[in-house]
Amino acid sequence: MSRIHARKFVSDDPDKCAGCSVCEYICSFEKEKTFNPLKSRIRVVRLDTTINMAVACRLCEDAPCVAACPRDALRQSEETGVIIVDEDKCNGCGWCIEACDYGAIMLHPDKKVVFICDTCDGKPKCVEWCPEEALSFITKDVLAQKSRISAVKKLFYEALKT
Amino acid sequence: MFGYASRILRVNLSIGKTAIEPLKEEMAKKYIGGIGLGIRLLIDNSKPGIDPLSPENPLILTTGPFSGTVAPTGGNGHAFVAKSPSTNGVGESKSHGFFGAELKRAGYDAIIFEGKAEKPVYVWIDDDSFQIMDAKHLMGKSPQETEDIIREELGDYYIRVASIGLAGEKLSRIACIINDKTRAAGRCGLGAVMGSKNLKAIAVRGTKNVDVAKPEEFLEFVRVLHERMKGPATVKYRTLGTPQNVLVHNSLGALPTRNFTNAIFEGAEKVSGEYLNERFVEKIVGCSSCAMRCEHITIVPEGPYKGTMARVEYEPLWALGPHCGVDRMDAIIKTIDLCNYYGIDAISAGVIVGFAMDCYEHGILTNDDTGGLDLKFGNADEMVKVVEMIGRREGLGDILAEGVKRAAEIIGKGAEKYANHIKGLEMTGYDIRGLKTAALGYAVSFRGADHNRHGAYALDISGKTNRFKFEKGRSKLVIEVEDLYTIIDSLIVCKFSRGVYYKGFDDLAQYYTLVTGIGVTAEELRRAGERISNLARLYNIREGFTRKDDHLPIKVMTTPIPDETVAKGQYVTQEELDFMLDDYYEHRGWTREGVPTLEKIKELGLEDLAYVVEGKI
Repeated sequence: MSRIHARKFVSDDPDKCAGCSVCEYICSFEKEKTFNPLKSRIRVVRLDTTINMAVACRLCEDAPCVAACPRDALRQSEETGVIIVDEDKCNGCGWCIEACDYGAIMLHPDKKVVFICDTCDGKPKCVEWCPEEALSFITKDVLAQKSRISAVKKLFYEALKT
Repeated sequence: MFGYASRILRVNLSIGKTAIEPLKEEMAKKYIGGIGLGIRLLIDNSKPGIDPLSPENPLILTTGPFSGTVAPTGGNGHAFVAKSPSTNGVGESKSHGFFGAELKRAGYDAIIFEGKAEKPVYVWIDDDSFQIMDAKHLMGKSPQETEDIIREELGDYYIRVASIGLAGEKLSRIACIINDKTRAAGRCGLGAVMGSKNLKAIAVRGTKNVDVAKPEEFLEFVRVLHERMKGPATVKYRTLGTPQNVLVHNSLGALPTRNFTNAIFEGAEKVSGEYLNERFVEKIVGCSSCAMRCEHITIVPEGPYKGTMARVEYEPLWALGPHCGVDRMDAIIKTIDLCNYYGIDAISAGVIVGFAMDCYEHGILTNDDTGGLDLKFGNADEMVKVVEMIGRREGLGDILAEGVKRAAEIIGKGAEKYANHIKGLEMTGYDIRGLKTAALGYAVSFRGADHNRHGAYALDISGKTNRFKFEKGRSKLVIEVEDLYTIIDSLIVCKFSRGVYYKGFDDLAQYYTLVTGIGVTAEELRRAGERISNLARLYNIREGFTRKDDHLPIKVMTTPIPDETVAKGQYVTQEELDFMLDDYYEHRGWTREGVPTLEKIKELGLEDLAYVVEGKI
């Protein structure tokens, strides 16, 4: 059983993200064969021109969305941590949307059931297409490693130059 | 028909009525979209000789066939078209960002705004529903504030807004229409047309699918474009950005300085792309669906304008920098920000301030006129104040807001010698005294002075042509690139992407066919470009334009470049201009007066417009 340490999810580096929303278009095409950001499982937020970030499901441990569903329509894959929606059970009530702190669950505009990033079975298309290489498919441990390394690099910036 | 929404919305603001009309495939194929479709709708929906600021002038908003798809740069464009209050001819201006894609998803290829609302309104388009909303509370607000307020009151944070600022409300002829806070349909004064209709803003939310004809092959093509966009063709836009031009133009003696008094600027280093990127650029961001990123967002780190944030491109930087003799980047960024705030075209604003400074230096404007401002070239803080006055139409600013041509007429005393415009539209940042291929492109440009109607400057700057001497037959090169630019603006792909279409019309034709399913060859697409260029010419002729309107600014034709530079002594004589125009008209298939012949009109399938040239050939 894969625990949270081994789960890979789609993460966006806001320093690199240019807010172009190519990920949204590619996601909607991969999953729904059309170009429509409203059908994307990843969503870009542009706060101010300089602050851009894409958000997708973070595969939480003990996912609150699963716990919030009164109809048991959501379950979390033990293997990958992905949230699986039973579209027959989901009635679009939105409790899970409210439970998600990241806005990573959306109501489908046509199907009226919720939809969530499924990481394209471990090969997320958005990551493949991101023109800025801002997106990565990554575990939280590796994210922490990267942050540590870049923090230390900054500390020893001058020393590294020589 | 894929790519297109196949619908045109007509909004009559006078009576508050709307209607939907179909966009037929024949129309789409002939005029493509963007400015092509827009100019056709303009000519079909307006009478000759109307006042651009009267209710009779329709304001046309178009998308392109690629808008709303993942086509890099093409997915996000829109264009505004109307009779221009600057030129009284074709007014067109494109913008990118996120607005155009949203409009396509709402299901429209074009919107025709007719008439004039009784009181200030904004139009709210929510897919198939449209409402005309009260805009009293938005009056005087900047486009940025307007966008925030509309989103808040309609309760949807993904609504996209295009709006005018105070300048548009006050019918300034240099007013623009701003979308997504920092993006402008800047040129030709179309913000004033919007203001004249009492239309403060257009708010859009679109949730529909946008489908393409051959999705798999289309994505493959997009992937190729993504790769090319990471390569040399776009490297300038991704790194230093267009401000790279400052030092390039300076080294060529092609950087118009102090209102075209000089062609090199001693302060160029301090307003260069290099200087800007090192000290001011905070982040480079992109538009929806684009694989490049070009928007250099700058922040002023210190001084009186500390904290000011604006996007900086070469043209506004040039206009408010070298052109005004100003070498203070903080003041330039502040002024660009003010232009966005009031909703004025920053290029025209800079040209007008430079003009006012020239008049001041020559005693045509005095301290009495300027309200005590010491308007000498180079006075950066005074420049900031004058643009504020233009935005608010206060004092001298009220006259300058009329655009450089009209302002010179109002001021009189020979001020027109210092007014650098073509057809009434302010000049842009190329000193065409020593760029003779570009000079022709500027003279014949259907929207007036502009580098973006032809791109002929690139031939001169790259050394492909002898930039000091024009020879017979060179017009062919100008026509070729003009028609290409017309297609780029009709598909609405970004000009920054032009280098990634390695095979020119071949690539663009393939792109168009994959999206729309309408098979076109490279030759057919080129022909469509020629058709649209001729259509715009016919519109201008209908509005009374003649050969005399294919002119150059007086300074360009009378004042040789004085500086110690390779271009020293260069200017364009009347004889040279006539030689160029004769050559150009001949290769266009026009008469010596610059009127398309009946044969040409027929060849391009514009027979229904033959009435325009009646009695003129």
